[in-house]
This record gives sequence, structure tokens and C-alpha cells, in this order.
Amino acid sequence: MSSITTRDAPRGFSLQEYMTCLTGIVWREGLRFLHQRERFVSALVRPLVWLFIFAAGFRQVLGISIIPPYETYILYEVYIAPGLMAMIQLFNGMQSSLSMVYDREMGNMRTLLVSPLPRGFLLFCKLLAGTAVSLLQVYAFLLIAWFWDITPPPSGYLTVLPALILSGLMLGSLGMLISSGIKQLENFAGVMNFVIFPMFFASSALYPLWRVQEGSPYLYYLCVANPFTHAVELIRFALYGQINWISLAVVAACTIVFMIGAILAYDPSRGLARRGPAGGEG
Amino acid sequence: MTSPAPITEPRETSRPDPATVPALAIDGVSHSYGPRRALMDVSFNVQPASFTALLGLNGAGKSTLFSLITRLFGIQSGRVGIFGHDVSKSPGEALRLLGVVFQPRTLDLDLSLTQNLLYHAALHGISRREASARSAELLGRIGLSDRAGSKVRDLSGGQMRRLEIARALLHRPRLLLLDEPTVGLDVKARADIISHVRQLVTEQGIGVLWATHLFDEIMAGDDLVVLHQGKVLAQGPMSRVIAEASAQDVNTAFMRLTGAQTMPGGGA
Repeated sequence: MSSITTRDAPRGFSLQEYMTCLTGIVWREGLRFLHQRERFVSALVRPLVWLFIFAAGFRQVLGISIIPPYETYILYEVYIAPGLMAMIQLFNGMQSSLSMVYDREMGNMRTLLVSPLPRGFLLFCKLLAGTAVSLLQVYAFLLIAWFWDITPPPSGYLTVLPALILSGLMLGSLGMLISSGIKQLENFAGVMNFVIFPMFFASSALYPLWRVQEGSPYLYYLCVANPFTHAVELIRFALYGQINWISLAVVAACTIVFMIGAILAYDPSRGLARRGPAGGEG
Repeated sequence: MTSPAPITEPRETSRPDPATVPALAIDGVSHSYGPRRALMDVSFNVQPASFTALLGLNGAGKSTLFSLITRLFGIQSGRVGIFGHDVSKSPGEALRLLGVVFQPRTLDLDLSLTQNLLYHAALHGISRREASARSAELLGRIGLSDRAGSKVRDLSGGQMRRLEIARALLHRPRLLLLDEPTVGLDVKARADIISHVRQLVTEQGIGVLWATHLFDEIMAGDDLVVLHQGKVLAQGPMSRVIAEASAQDVNTAFMRLTGAQTMPGGGA
């Protein structure tokens, strides 16, 4: 009918090729992370400041009763450790999406997107790579925290891993979803104020929800509806070898929704074409 | 959609081998950024083993066209085929045959030359062993073997471009796109890159689409596509484009073609 005829039958991609691609993307993200030592240090300093200073000061103010998964009275530091682990992932998720905005502007994202593999898969790999980086940060934090008497059962270090992977994916895809809507790099400061801080404070990261409920029922409902709360609780329970099924369901559902949304919303023309038209509103 | 004419029309301007599937077939492609129309009904072909120069000033729509061919942007209307594979319908098969060097640099400056190449290979699903072998070979060909482990940041502009071309060839594409690859390079580096790419055409039969606004990069045997304000004004072998514009050289031909278009009220 036309000169556009198929010459070779489409052969698709083998599982091997998908795996090569995935490991390549994770490997490259790891290399980049190692080159950005400041990023690693600041990713660690942030939760440690909370742990060493905030928690130490707050310990006297806030008593923690025995609530699951804890079986004894615990120090406040022990209580907020899972929240800080989730905070590391929250910042990392937002930072990876910042790097996608940055990449997009620097043209590096083009290298990724001209890969012949399906775009959804490429973005998924990118999210997984970001999660892998967050795992390095979280385990480094746990190591330091161990010296600060935050000593979950040894098996907890292993059982928390799947929870961390899931929460990392959820927060990463949320970051990607948000970054698709960012038109300029400067707007990211706004994301910090309007996404990271509210999510972190309106959650069970710093105080148990029953205490929030005593203070303000509305805030309590907000906290319960906050996916970040469930990421924290999923991690908290997993760290003690238990599963919080509700949190698992919420985090899994949010991961799926955010990821699909992020992949659908990701439109490189938004970032790459910016230099074209002067007034690209939309 | 109904008329096959736009597809066959550009073929008359290309090499006389009707049996060959074009390396690149652009067919009635239009693209808008909101109200601004960047490309209007663009059609042309690039044949295998040919050097096609896409000639246009800044803002002519060259980079938009590249973004459409590489599937970075969704195609709004028209069709793009790479060796017969429609970019929208089977992007995987199409992109596998395509190598591209974008105008802005897209290397990881903090990674080494080899690491950049291995990353690209992984994105194409090429196994690590195979990728290492190909990387070493390509680095040798562009004369950067001894720099394999250095950071890309330490390379000169010309070396980075050579590396980008090597990277674009890593998965052995049969069509190579280059978007103003010599911008910002000195005379020597420019000449090196041009001769390298021309060698790829003659020795490996790769089809090349070379976007430029520098007339001295075009040679007598090249095919030419003149793109201006989103429209193709002329296309065909260089000698014919010049003759049709009743000019003596590419420069004058280009000025005549585009001058008529830029005049206010100057009709199509």
C-alpha cells in the first residue's frame, strides 16, 4: 500500500534484555549517588538531627504508652525511628524526582527515553533505582541509630526490607507524579513546603495517632488519610517482624495509583519543548 | 490517510532504488506547541547509505522533528517510519534501528567514558560482556581508548561529541540522526566529526540525517531538505535544489528559498 512496509518481523524484547536494562539503570543511579557525597551526608544528617536533638529534647514531654508493635515501654527515640526512616525515603523520592526535572532540563533524560524498551518500564526502572538508593540511606541510618540504642530484633533488619521497597516505590512515584506537574526547577521549593512538610507532620511519624486524636479529631482524620502515615506504620511493624495489613493495603494501593498516574502524566515534551514557545501555558 | 501520495512523493527525490525501504520516512508530519505551529505537513525520506542534510535556521523546527522521530514527543499528525517500523505503533522496533546525537549534550559528566557507554548499552538490553567489547572497540575507533576511565567532564567539546557519536552507534543502528553536532566546536574537531560520519555512510551503509545551519558541511552528492518556519521548502539532491532555485551555490539557493517565505505576505 505504501513504502512504509515492515521489513523485519517485530521480535520484541526478551526477559534478559529487560533485566539488563533494569540493572543498568540501577547501576547508573548508584554510581551517580556515590559521586554525590554531599547528598548522602545530608540525607543522613537530616534524620540524625531529629534523632539526636529533637527526640532527646522531646523525650521528657511526650510519654509513649505500650502500643503495638511494641511490647514494652519504649524511649521516644525508638518510637520515631521508623518515622525517620520513612522521612529519608520521602526526601529521597522527592529528590529523585527533582533529578528527573533536572535531567529533563539537562537533556540526560533523553538518553533514557530513546531506549527502545517500553517507556512505562523505563520509568519503573528509574523508580526502582531511586528506591535502591533510599535503601542505602535507610540502612546507614539504622546502623548509626543502633549505637543510639535503637535496637530492633536482628531479624527486623531483614523483615523491614520489603516494607522499605514498597514505601520507597510509593514515595518515589508520588515524587514523579508531582514532578510531572512542575514547570520550573524553582517550584521545587514549593513542593517541599506543600508536600514534604505537611505529609511528615500530619502523620504518625512523630507522635502516635491516639495522642493526635486527643488533641484534634480533625487532624487525626487527616493523619489517617495520609498515605505517609501508612508507610511509617508499615515500616514500624515490619521492623518488629509484624505486618500491619491495613497499612500494607493502603501503601500497595497508593503505589499502584501513583505509579500509573506518574507514568501516564510523564510527558517529556513538557520539559524539552520549553525553550520553544515563549508562553507555554498549560 | 487515504491518499498514498504523500508517502511516495518524496521518493522521487531520493536514490533510484525502488526496492529499498527508506531508512527514515517522514510523512505529512505536523506539530504544534499550543497555538504555535512548529511543523506543517513535513514529508521527506532518508535512504540507507545516504547523507541527508536537514538545512534550516534556528527555530525552523529541526529539533522538534528530531523529538518526534525519537518518540520523545507524541506524534500529533502524520507518520514517521524507520525502516518500515512506525514510530508510534511499534516504537521498540523503530528505536532499535535508530541512533541519535542530540544538540544539547546528554552525557553523564561525572561518569567515565566507559560507564557512559555501558549505561547506554544496558538501555538497549545489550549484555554486559558484549557491551564491554563494543565499547572498547568504539573508543578505539574514535581515538579515546586511553581516556576510557576518565570522567567525561575532563574531555574537550570535540571529544565529547565523538563519544556521543560512538554511543549512538553502540547498538548498531542503521539510521543515525545528528542535530547540529558541530555547534561550538573548533575547525579541526568539526572536520573530524564530519569525516567520521561520512565514513559511516560509505563504509557501513548507515543512513544519516544531519541537521545543520552551516552550509559548508554539505557536499555535492548529498541529499538536501530545506526546512523553514516549519515547512519543507525544497528537497532532493543538492545539485537539483540549487538548480531549481536558479542559484550557483547552496548558500544563495537557501537565501532565495527562505527569503521568499519570510517576506510579509509572501505566499506559499
